[in-house]
Amino acid sequence: MFAYIVRRLIAVIVMLLVVTLVTFGIFFAIPKLTGADPAALYVGKQADPATIEGIRQKLGLGEPILVQFWDFVTGIFAGRDYTGGGTTVRCDAPCFGYSFRNEQPIWPVLQDRLPVTLSLAAGACVLWLLGGVTTGIVSALKRGSVWDRAAMTIALSGVSLPIYFTGLLSLAIFSYGLGWVNGEYVEFAVDPAAWFGGLILPWVTLAFLYAAMYARLTRATMLEILGEDYIRTARAKGLREPVVIGKHAMRSTMTPILTILGMDLGALVGGAILTETTFNLPGLGQAAVKAISDRDLPLILGVTLIAAAAVVVANLVVDLLYAVIDPRVRLS
Amino acid sequence: MTDLSKSGAVGEPVRAGAATPSAFLDVRDLRIHFPTDDGLVKSVDGLSFQLEKGRTLGIVGESGSGKSVTSLGIMGLHTVGQYGRGKARISGEIWLDGKELMSADPDEVRRLRGREMAMIFQDPLSAMHPYFTIGAQITEAYRVHHDVDKKAARKRAIELLDRVGIPQPDRRVDDYPHQFSGGMRQRAMIAMALVNNPELLIADEPTTALDVTVQAQILDLIRDLQKEFGSAVIIITHDLGVVAELADDILVMYGGRCVERGPAEKVFYEPQHPYTWGLLGSMPRIDRDQTERLIPVKGSPPSLINVPSGCAFNPRCPYADVPKDGVTRTERPELRLVTGGEGGRHHSACHMSQEERTRIWTEEIAPKL
Repeated sequence: MFAYIVRRLIAVIVMLLVVTLVTFGIFFAIPKLTGADPAALYVGKQADPATIEGIRQKLGLGEPILVQFWDFVTGIFAGRDYTGGGTTVRCDAPCFGYSFRNEQPIWPVLQDRLPVTLSLAAGACVLWLLGGVTTGIVSALKRGSVWDRAAMTIALSGVSLPIYFTGLLSLAIFSYGLGWVNGEYVEFAVDPAAWFGGLILPWVTLAFLYAAMYARLTRATMLEILGEDYIRTARAKGLREPVVIGKHAMRSTMTPILTILGMDLGALVGGAILTETTFNLPGLGQAAVKAISDRDLPLILGVTLIAAAAVVVANLVVDLLYAVIDPRVRLS
Repeated sequence: MTDLSKSGAVGEPVRAGAATPSAFLDVRDLRIHFPTDDGLVKSVDGLSFQLEKGRTLGIVGESGSGKSVTSLGIMGLHTVGQYGRGKARISGEIWLDGKELMSADPDEVRRLRGREMAMIFQDPLSAMHPYFTIGAQITEAYRVHHDVDKKAARKRAIELLDRVGIPQPDRRVDDYPHQFSGGMRQRAMIAMALVNNPELLIADEPTTALDVTVQAQILDLIRDLQKEFGSAVIIITHDLGVVAELADDILVMYGGRCVERGPAEKVFYEPQHPYTWGLLGSMPRIDRDQTERLIPVKGSPPSLINVPSGCAFNPRCPYADVPKDGVTRTERPELRLVTGGEGGRHHSACHMSQEERTRIWTEEIAPKL
């Protein structure tokens, strides 16, 4: 088990380096190859040539690409100074780049935005697991019943309806119509109740979409597992049906759910763009949208790296949990 | 085995008998039908047999003859956990040790499962949960029926693993099924089935998934354990060799019904049904001339949805054209006592007269085997 963890950790570090390299390559090398001036992109089209030249120096754009990459990676651990055009900008560790558009380092922005997105993802995840998995199990156990058909119809609509529809609908009803919740995001540390109130609609909206997918997945998996020989064996032992389902069938049903959950959670951290935009949550997704419309490449790079890291870390957690659940993974 | 025919004279159709069962296991007119989109599948259609403790009954037949469905039916496994559509329709009576199981409370039957009647499945790898240790799966089976702590249950599991011939059982008890070899897994499966000293043990194709070299060991183990525990054993197989090894009595199933049953030596040496002849002809034998080819039973198993109205074996029977007195083609042959059958226990369901069958067997079939 220990060797397995070490192996996985090394794989994760390598993976993160590769992701950084590829992302860096795309954002820095491609503009260079295509002849576009990255420095000009950073500051927008209207900047004067002197400013652009200063930024070019600060970024070391004249250096070979590998040197630039090295500067970027060491900056993450040690911080770095951007010198050029007669001025120096300090970017403290961890330095994920510097936004010349907003004249601030990227990391504090990410630091600011990440908790919002994590709050959104974690809360929604709890809801959709509770709702989706329970619905899926009950549907599987009552296959073909009215409950099953109703649940699967709702699930189908949940999968089909986009966030900006269900989100706006819920806002229209519960926020503007009934006035039960207001849509403002408040930090948890400031006021937990307001934090909850601000997130409940996005949670439910996002969870509805995912719960629908998880209900379908859980139902299909559960039905497959219930046909397994070892479930028949469990019954042949004289176990009570709740034990057969809750212990034997659930343990196996969890495996594929966990796999999907890792990917979904990872992807959500970087990609809850629609939800954050719909509900005006100041999270990473919204920062990414703004960065794209501002052509703020360093910020896009920073968000991309965080999102990629989230996926990789989530998958690591899944792999470790996998080993806990399935002894065949652990021992092979 | 107490025979069903005490009430009936020789040649009379055998029907499910007296009100109170005298046998340890008494299955009467068992019918297990499954509604499907294509129609009603009559997997088992009127099966009766009896079995005493300490005896072994071999149920033989090809795939789809209803053997496994019968065993699951006795265990009551068609009625639990059958969620939604596809629910089995079961009728008949199953008496186990004086209790009728079909009309019993499902929870009462559950409490009998694993304790009084246990089952060994065909493929021990798929029949064991991959995520739990062998020990956990055995102790679980024990603790459902015994109010003991984990330590005592574990001791019992190790004891059983030792008994079924697992080396270093105190260490291997913590292994997972995939760490066992096929033969070891089947031994562990047997240990799991025997952990509660069941009085009825059903082994459903216990050696089919195993290497030939391991098969004999497992059969020896089942035989030894039966002697030791004195339980009634039903061994379900398509392999007549397995039955020859173990069974006291043989029941041959075809198309969800019994076509012949009787003491093993009678069924082997004086079989009274063309299907049994076919099975014997398709069995490889060490004493047979190597140049001779095995003779398969021609055709394929009958559809259990549209079972032929007469004899189910008729379309495949090489003797279908033999004239039968006063019998129409659509009439179903009843299970009849074979004259001279040992203790009146040998029955077969064929329209041909016994003389005709005996003649065909001794003159045409037996010499070729």
